[in-house]
Parts: sequence; C-alpha cells; structure tokens
Amino acid sequence: MSGHHPPVSDWATDFDHTDPAWAADPFPIWDELRETCPMAHSERYGGVWLPTRHEDIADVAYDTDRFTSRSIVVSETRPVAPAPRGIAPPISSDPPFHHGARRMLLPAFSPKAIAPLEEYTRQYCHDLLDAVAGQEVIDGAVDYSQHIPVRVIAKMLGFPEEDGEKFREFVHDVLEGVDLPPEQRLDNFIKLDAYLTAQAEDHLANPRDDLTTFLLEAEMDGEPLGREHIGGTIALLLIAGIDTTWSAIGASLWHLANNPDDLARLVDDPDLLPVAMEEFLRAYAPVTMARLVKEDMEYKGCPMKQDEWVLLSFPSANRDPREFEQADEVIIDRMENRHSAFGLGIHRCIGSNLARLELRVALEVFIERHPRFSVADPDGVRWSGGQVRGPRTLPLRVG
Amino acid sequence: MRVHVDRDRCQGHNRCYALAPELFDVDDYGEATERDDGTVPPELEDKARLAAANCPEFAVVLEEDR
Repeated sequence: MSGHHPPVSDWATDFDHTDPAWAADPFPIWDELRETCPMAHSERYGGVWLPTRHEDIADVAYDTDRFTSRSIVVSETRPVAPAPRGIAPPISSDPPFHHGARRMLLPAFSPKAIAPLEEYTRQYCHDLLDAVAGQEVIDGAVDYSQHIPVRVIAKMLGFPEEDGEKFREFVHDVLEGVDLPPEQRLDNFIKLDAYLTAQAEDHLANPRDDLTTFLLEAEMDGEPLGREHIGGTIALLLIAGIDTTWSAIGASLWHLANNPDDLARLVDDPDLLPVAMEEFLRAYAPVTMARLVKEDMEYKGCPMKQDEWVLLSFPSANRDPREFEQADEVIIDRMENRHSAFGLGIHRCIGSNLARLELRVALEVFIERHPRFSVADPDGVRWSGGQVRGPRTLPLRVG
Repeated sequence: MRVHVDRDRCQGHNRCYALAPELFDVDDYGEATERDDGTVPPELEDKARLAAANCPEFAVVLEEDR
C-alpha cells in the first residue's frame, strides 16, 4: 500500500508501517528492534515512535495524560476534530469525555448481549461456503472471512445487508489509504458521511430496535448526542469491526492451512478451539493503534515532540519474549496467554466479545465443512499493510 | 483460595468469565466480578489460576490459603 513512499533504508531510524516488507513479514523487524532499539523513531508522517516491548507499549496505552487518542490512525496530516471528543468517539476521545461516550455503548457489546447473534453468524458462514461449494480452490479471505463481520455489524446497526460491498470500500479507503493525498482522503470521508447521513435519516423516519436508533435516541449528561458524535460513532462501529475481525479469521485460516498437524488436532478435539483461537489472536494480532504526543517531553529517554505519532504495536507486544515463553512459536494449547490483541487500558476494543464470537464460529464452521485444507498458491497470499494486518487474498485448496 | 476482581483495573476483556464462569460473572457493561465472596472450591483452583494468568490487565487477584 505504500505506493509513492521510498523503500525503508533502516528500520530503526526510517521505519514505515505501510512498507511492503512490513506487510509481508513484520516479525523479524520487531524482534530485532525489541533488542536493539526498543523505542524506534522515524521521520515519516511528521514523526512516529515505535515501542516494540510489551512493557513500553502498555505504559503508553495506560498514559492517557501524556498521549492523546485524538487520532488513532497514522497519516500525513493531523486531525482537525477537537479533543476530547475527536472524530469518532469514543476511540478518538480522551478522559473525561471518553468515559460516558464509551459507557453508553458497552451494554450493546457485552457477552450476554451479543450471544444471540451466534446462530445468525453460524448460518451466514454456512451460506458463504455453500456459495462456493464444489470448487477445489476458494479464497479464504475474499470468499469467506471478509464477509462475516460486515454482515454482523450491518445487522446490529440495522443497515441493508446488501450494502456489504460499500462498507468494505469505506474500510479500505480509511485504513489502507493512510498515505493517499489529503484531498483524496477527504473525498473518501465525504462519501462515507453521505451514506451514514442517509441511513440516519431513514432511522429517524422509521425508528427500530437497532444500534442506529439507539444512538439517535441516546443522551449523555441529559443532552441528546450531537449529530457529529452520532455520525462519528456509527462510522467507528462500522469500520472498526470489519477488517480487524476479517484479518483475525483470515490469519487463523492461513495458519491452519500451513500447519496440518494443528488443523488435524482441532478436527479431533473441537473443544480446544477457544484456546487455540486465543493463540492465533496473540501470534497474529491484527491491530496496531496510534496515539499523538500531547506536548514536547522526554519520555523513557526519548525526545518526543508534540503531535508526533506513537504506534502502539500490540502485535509486537504479543511477541515479546519477556512476556511470553516461546513467544515466536504458535502453540495452539497455550493455556496461559495474557495477550493484548484487543488493546490495554480504557480503550480496550469494545467489540472484543463480538470479534471472539465471529472468529470462533467462523473457524468452527470452516473446519467442520473442510477438515483438510492447504494453501493453494503461496504467491497468491497478499497481506494488508498499515495498521490492520491480515491476509487480503488467501487461495485455499479445499477439494 | 479466593479470587477478587480489581474493578479499577478491569476493562471488560472477559477472559475470566470465559475461562471460569463458575467463579466470575459479568455485568451489563461486560465488566467482571467474582461470584459471591470469591471463595474457590478446591476443584476449581486450577481454573482460578488460569483466569488470573489470562487477564491482560492483571485485574484478577488470587489469595492462596496459607
């Protein structure tokens, strides 16, 4: 996705998380930085810091005084939406505003609230595999993984199910378009905003039992939410759950396709899946978040400047040998697994219960339908760049 | 043995509830609490240790009997 960026010359002083080498295989890069330069810095994007050790990543995640979430996706520009709300509350919000904006949403995503979606998700997974039944090779990303979270969040928001393709374009534009020219990024946001406005108007005219109507009628401190707050939150719910979960499903399938012993073990012992799934989340954590430095300061010996980015690489934290034994090995019966794939601190992924449900059901159904599968063409596997890493194409031989 | 969830640290990852629902419950916000007074029957001690070892926020506290 780097397109017009020059290739990285030195990962310690010039890293770029959109570089094709990072997308293809970031683990050796992080492993080396963790030992030789644990707080790397790059001049790109107006200045980015990259802590790679679990301890440092956790410290930044917990320090909401010195690091702001005003923007959580690295780009060439800095956000115009003011703190503490930010463009897409609550992910872009800081305390104290963050607390109420998040608390309002939590009940919709609690384990008990999302449990009823399991059967819907399971049926949809079967439908997706029915659609490609009989083919010897299917694409685990394009034909399967990418559709699942889109469909489920569209159902929760009460949007037309057939708009899935539109959502995926929005997600691609926002997350993988980080280094597009600002005018083009703005254009993408305007398209998304127009779609959400139309949906909101439809829900205002026809209120129903879904998340969109809930937000339109919600109050914070006795006041209705502003239009920008509602639009930002809906955009967040739409975007944040889609390519992240699809990446987790795809990466898990990729691992199983490459490790027939692990696949056979899960076929024999499906009860192991919830444990194995946590290991896939640890080892292939899809999501890296970002913060902005609030003010010039020295932090852990580093001269940080106001409005420089800090990449919070939870995927690297999950591979830190200080925190995990045999950190670079995927051990599907790893029982002690304190991974931070869903982040740490007050911004813990609000959809983590939903993501886990989708990941578990997607893998259960796939393994049930295809107890043996392998990568059909290793050169045909393409991993996304940027802050969400997962296979975007994944040709699997299932027949 | 007893378990306790430090509510100041809990961020609702729900690992304890998934691993040991006999010992933990979650509220409407998805945040965890120990059931009753947190006393762990001997047959659930391994599950309690597992819950503590899997909490990303170090919010599950174990008190071992002396």
